[in-house]
Amino acid sequence: MSPVLEVRDLRTEFFTAAGTLRAVNDVSFSLNEGEIIGLVGESGSGKSVTGFSLLGLIDAPGKITGGSVRLKGDELVGMAQPDLRRRRGRDIAMIFQDPIATLNPLLTIGQQMEMALAAHERLSPRASEDRCAEALERVGIPSARARLKAYPHEFSGGMRQRVAISIALLHRPAVIVADEPTTALDVSIQAQIVTEMKMLAREFGVAMIWISHDLAVVSGIAQRIAVMYAGRIVETGPAAQVLRQPRHPYTRGLLDSMPHATAPGQALRQIPGSMPSMMALPPGCAFAPRCAFASPACTSVPELTEAAGRSWRCFHPLDQPAQEGITS
Amino acid sequence: MNQHRETYLKIENVSKIFGPRLSMGDRILRAAIRRGPPPSLTAVSGVSLTLAKGQTLGLVGESGCGKSTLGRVIAGIYPPTTGKVMLDGLALMEEGRKVTTAVQTVFQDPFASLDPRMKVGEAVAEGPVAHGIVPRSGARAHVAKWLSHAGLDPTLADRYPHQFSGGQRQRIAIARALAMQPKLLICDEPVASLDVSIQAQVINLFLELRRDLDLTCVFISHDLSVVRHVSDRVAVMYLGRIVELGETHQVFGRPSHPYTAALLDSVPRIAAEGEVLMEVKPISGEIPSPLNPPPGCHFAPRCPLATARCTAEIPSLRETAPGQRAACHHAESQLAEPERAGA
Amino acid sequence: MTPSNPKAPTENPPVGMTETGKPTPPILLFWREFRRNRIATVALGITILLAFVALFAPFVAPQDPYNLQTLSLMDARRPPGHVGSGGYVHILGTDAQGRDLLSAILYGLRISIQISLAAGFIALTIGATIGVLAAYIGGWVETVLMRMVDLQLSFPAILLALVLSALLGQGKAQLITALVAAQYAYFARTAYGAATAERRKDYIEAALATPLSARRVIFRHLLPNCAPPLIVVATVQIASSISLEATLSFLGLGLPVTEPSLGMLIANGFQYMMSGRYWLSVYPGLMLILLIMAINIVGDQIRDQLNPRLRR
Repeated sequence: MSPVLEVRDLRTEFFTAAGTLRAVNDVSFSLNEGEIIGLVGESGSGKSVTGFSLLGLIDAPGKITGGSVRLKGDELVGMAQPDLRRRRGRDIAMIFQDPIATLNPLLTIGQQMEMALAAHERLSPRASEDRCAEALERVGIPSARARLKAYPHEFSGGMRQRVAISIALLHRPAVIVADEPTTALDVSIQAQIVTEMKMLAREFGVAMIWISHDLAVVSGIAQRIAVMYAGRIVETGPAAQVLRQPRHPYTRGLLDSMPHATAPGQALRQIPGSMPSMMALPPGCAFAPRCAFASPACTSVPELTEAAGRSWRCFHPLDQPAQEGITS
Repeated sequence: MNQHRETYLKIENVSKIFGPRLSMGDRILRAAIRRGPPPSLTAVSGVSLTLAKGQTLGLVGESGCGKSTLGRVIAGIYPPTTGKVMLDGLALMEEGRKVTTAVQTVFQDPFASLDPRMKVGEAVAEGPVAHGIVPRSGARAHVAKWLSHAGLDPTLADRYPHQFSGGQRQRIAIARALAMQPKLLICDEPVASLDVSIQAQVINLFLELRRDLDLTCVFISHDLSVVRHVSDRVAVMYLGRIVELGETHQVFGRPSHPYTAALLDSVPRIAAEGEVLMEVKPISGEIPSPLNPPPGCHFAPRCPLATARCTAEIPSLRETAPGQRAACHHAESQLAEPERAGA
Repeated sequence: MTPSNPKAPTENPPVGMTETGKPTPPILLFWREFRRNRIATVALGITILLAFVALFAPFVAPQDPYNLQTLSLMDARRPPGHVGSGGYVHILGTDAQGRDLLSAILYGLRISIQISLAAGFIALTIGATIGVLAAYIGGWVETVLMRMVDLQLSFPAILLALVLSALLGQGKAQLITALVAAQYAYFARTAYGAATAERRKDYIEAALATPLSARRVIFRHLLPNCAPPLIVVATVQIASSISLEATLSFLGLGLPVTEPSLGMLIANGFQYMMSGRYWLSVYPGLMLILLIMAINIVGDQIRDQLNPRLRR
């Protein structure tokens, strides 16, 4: 089976007055039908810009300067805007952290959904309303038909995110890019949304890129995980393996610094230092200055090493299990 | 543990009700058309608790549960509508004004909680100088001491907040609070806005300073794993009320309120080695609006154990196990569930 | 596997800065951005130049227009370029009293700038105090103060200034009073808007939680953070107070004839407009336009730079 989305050496740069900033640097991954990949990283790691780049939603001073994004075999990088717009929403859709920013406060949910529908399909008003009500029902919104007449502010945060999800699913796209979709929500609501999205992805066979800073959330939904640091993917692999046995010291550091990796009240195993400025990245491996395993070799960029369905960019990959100190 | 230690913080029947903010025109208009005032919001309702010296109380709950409001009442930012807060037997506020410097606060967002137009050294020195904790001549040394306690280079005192990263700013905010030499430190979501790798650094700093300074702390967070890590005792809040209160290992290991149990089940966790990755078990339903909470037990509409009694009668906070209290009519059936791993 | 570099940084090192070396002071960054707009930079140059020549008018001006001894009625209403009896070349000609017009303009500029600066700063102080206090105290104080301000804003400023200067009579102090009364409301509105927004921010809560005295919170925290919009309004208001003052003087209400500001020079020359002696009115008028335009352009640029929404 050929992958539904294939990203090769994607590079997105921002040309600012203060200099050129390479937000996405040689990012490669592929996504099979119905697969969920978790894209994990801290702020400034380039995970969101990667998501936007996939949909061609990069505005000046940013620009995709290299690589390829193949959606169902068609190259999206360099595609003319009108063609791109035709694919967006129909074949590839996006869900944002803050649905209030993507929903128009002046239009009812129904109007917005029907507009989204009309962008790619011609339907009678009757059929269109049926489709929208059905879509809302599917994401767990009670009395969906009546809610179509409601405005975004009449929904709670969790419900708004459900509406955004149902809009993204309207055309049954092949790929959904979800950028921190549950970060703004309460834990109990987050749990609901994660469970529902997992189900929907299975039911629709839609592949998903779940962008998040939270490894724990990603571990609950993604089959594969890609960890980003300073614009590069430093490690990928099946979720269980990456979390249980990380190969890159950064992944290991992230896992170790989580509170449950240490007995209550004890000092957490922190990663020293902070993310370097994207304007002044250290030469070679960007993580080297914070890394306990760094050596002189780390001043050059490590190549991607691939083995047994996993890959990493590190001269000193780890091989011992990460959570030996765990108490639970 | 630590039960022999004397009580430091005592909160008695504290409620905080926010009235609607109406302009004069609105008032006149409402009087003219004979409409009463719009509903007021009960953010905190009848909270009583005590905290021993040197202990940390974790305050957890979801949005709208009143944990931040309660924190601000304890911090002396909001005067309580009813009830009072006592520190070491003395009132925190008199006539709506905070009369002590023994309690200090670290806020969630270090980008907002530092005055952007004040050098960080001045920000740290301001309170102690104004209250005569250090003489003006000793301010620089005082600032240097607390900045280095917070893990910052004291030579950076002449910079402005915008020149620091998020984690560094939170360190400055901590230095500013501690420079007042408080006995009680309120931390309102101190790591929520920080990156994962920076969170661990700030939590470690907090643990270290708390031990060195023998601080009593109230740690407010929506992140259960952080609260579990730093707290001795935990209070779980739901829509303005404390629904469960107990030692951390009790509340996390054997919750006696169904909401606590459901909250714990909602938290995504990375399972230990060898286990299947954990599936989250969501609670059904939405958090009701605090403007219009359901009658009886506020959690009843979402509760798997709810009966008719729950919607009719407000459960009081009662002892369910030694040192553990819950506001639930069915706490016993919740307690009967097996103990949780990871307590 | 053994770590190839055992000196692992596990301790909490004092956290350094993200960039090395001395930080650039914000004012310098501000200037660098300002400089990118050429027109605004030229306008700023003109403003500074005009303020400078106004300040040093007695040293810069070729003639002291108040010194009656150097004046000769022989030289009255001469066109530009006229060589007067005193031996001066009157570059811009002379006025009805035989004064060198350039000197009269420079002295007039001096008076105009003096009056409007004084009025601007007093209005700023009063207005900012009212606005910030209303926002900080809230309740009925807020309602009373701000309704008063709103009421006043519903009248045109010029109307109020006209009525007041007619009532108060001529003189510098009276004129400044009229200008302040006409303009403080704009500052109050701006300060109130900024302060209500700042009041809700965490750093004010943090200051109150310390606790710091209300006076300290207002003057050390609230007011400095309301400064950016006030600076913008101040530049615009100084320009408008210059034109307001000119209008009043033109109508004969502002200053006594002995202290001719730009407005009065225009008014004095106006009667000769039809007789072809255009320079008497036109040159002071051009100077007025130049000054107001320059200040407004500078104000616009400052506003654009301080408004984060317009930033890229």
